Amino acid sequence: MPSGLHIFLGWAAGTAGWLTVLSGASLAALAAVPPLLDSPPVPAAVAVTAPAPVSRERAVALRHFLTQDCGSCHGLTLGGGLGPPLQREQVANKPVPYLAYTILNGRPGTAMPPWSQFFTEEEGEWLARELRGENP
Amino acid sequence: MSPTRYLTLALLLVGPTALAAATSGPANALTEPQGPAVSLAPNAAQTEAPSVAPCPQPRGTGDLGIVVERGTGSLLLIETSGNTALGRIEGLGDLSHASAAFSRDGRFAFIFGRDGGLSKVDLLVGKVVRRVMQAGNSIGGAISQNGKLVAVANYEPGGVRVFDAETLEQVADIPALYEDGKPASKVVGLVDAPGNRFVFSLWDGGEIWVADLTDPAKPAVTRHRGIGRQPYDDLITPDGRYYLAGLFGEDGLALLDLWHPEQGVRRVLPGYGRGEEPLPVYKMPHLEGWAVAGRRVFVPAIGRHEVLVIDMDTWAEVGRIPVAGQPVFVMARPDGRQIWVNFALPNNDRVQVIDAESLAVIHELKPGKAVLHLEFEPRGEEIWISVRDEDRVDVYDTQTFARLTRIPANKPSGIFLTDRAFRIGL
Repeated sequence: MPSGLHIFLGWAAGTAGWLTVLSGASLAALAAVPPLLDSPPVPAAVAVTAPAPVSRERAVALRHFLTQDCGSCHGLTLGGGLGPPLQREQVANKPVPYLAYTILNGRPGTAMPPWSQFFTEEEGEWLARELRGENP
Repeated sequence: MSPTRYLTLALLLVGPTALAAATSGPANALTEPQGPAVSLAPNAAQTEAPSVAPCPQPRGTGDLGIVVERGTGSLLLIETSGNTALGRIEGLGDLSHASAAFSRDGRFAFIFGRDGGLSKVDLLVGKVVRRVMQAGNSIGGAISQNGKLVAVANYEPGGVRVFDAETLEQVADIPALYEDGKPASKVVGLVDAPGNRFVFSLWDGGEIWVADLTDPAKPAVTRHRGIGRQPYDDLITPDGRYYLAGLFGEDGLALLDLWHPEQGVRRVLPGYGRGEEPLPVYKMPHLEGWAVAGRRVFVPAIGRHEVLVIDMDTWAEVGRIPVAGQPVFVMARPDGRQIWVNFALPNNDRVQVIDAESLAVIHELKPGKAVLHLEFEPRGEEIWISVRDEDRVDVYDTQTFARLTRIPANKPSGIFLTDRAFRIGL
């Protein structure tokens, strides 16, 4: 998981739309400040739950999908096609939540459809990590 | 296949040199071939690209064809008289979204790879005889009316490059520069047209270009601008007269009458495809493949589970046929009586058959996971279907819908038979 909490601001902003608002340390500091009267309670700690593990069998299916089906537009080697290239160097500066959001929700105005019908959020993140070479 | 039979077949069809190489490999190479049993030269014994010689005796090419194996960058050489695989041709690079055109004698296949590779394959010898890396990213190609030129549609750099069909030397470069300061557009829907012309569309530029290659050194390009947003693929009618571009970015299709290009491009079916609530498009439909039956054109709807029917005389919509999913290929049987359709995810395990007269779905087949392509035999009595995730191609009888045979193939996608050599726009 990324150490910071990322908030996506909008497609137009692209990758610059990712704003690291709170690091783990600043969250802890915030929790120490007494909450304002009308503010919702601030949790003492943000529970960063690890995504549900993707089974080995499911991982095989996801890899196959990534190569063959994502590959229809992005190329079997992810070198690009109608969709942009998605090789390591192209996704190195794109955080996992950004990639997962794009996979699950698509990009309006482009040929990238939302894939949430096929994948859970955990699987979206697994695919994003796979693109970045971060899966074990 | 028994080891003895396998060896016999190898002796019969593989040249002595290749056989010597094969037998000098591991002792079990012939008895335990790697991959599908149709492989004539076992991969384990190969140190370089195999040179199968599937056709040692004089023969015609009219019943030959190829199946793209996108998983391994190889081609399966097939024949449609007995419906068998003759051999495998390897070393063609990245064959995702690969397509093919054939030389006018039906002997050579020109393979357009995703990675910009343009390969010329001799079907009679089973070898790649020429290969050039002509661009960074490609989508398809076509051969000219006179058979002398091969054109390739490129995404990177965006444009069309034209090559001598004999030597694969480049003879023309047509960058798809449509607006100052913008990068060249990705090019889609490249087809050949009478008059040694190539017609293609600019995905980013929203234009249709007609390039007259009568003088290959000086391509004469006519631009048709503002034809609509994001043309995604095109078809040309069997007579080579009408060029129809499907639009992803807006309603309708763009139509160019090549008999009267001076009249410009007009829009047909302005309500086509994306209606009020378009569905996500999980695979871009294809238009090439001649979904023309009689005086009707059958096209996939974008964002709808429908096949649209257009009257070719009036270019008005005459019907919408509800189908099992979003159509990808909509192919007319050569006699025009049936229309066969495959689908995008999640319905890509089936094929539906439409009766061209009643416009009703009359049959549904479930060949298996990920049906990618359909190809009719020249007279339409049989159809080949690639089933990617099942690693095989199936052949069906189009009258009884009975499955005739199954042939193992490695992640098969496009199927291309040599009769395309004689058809305008293919």
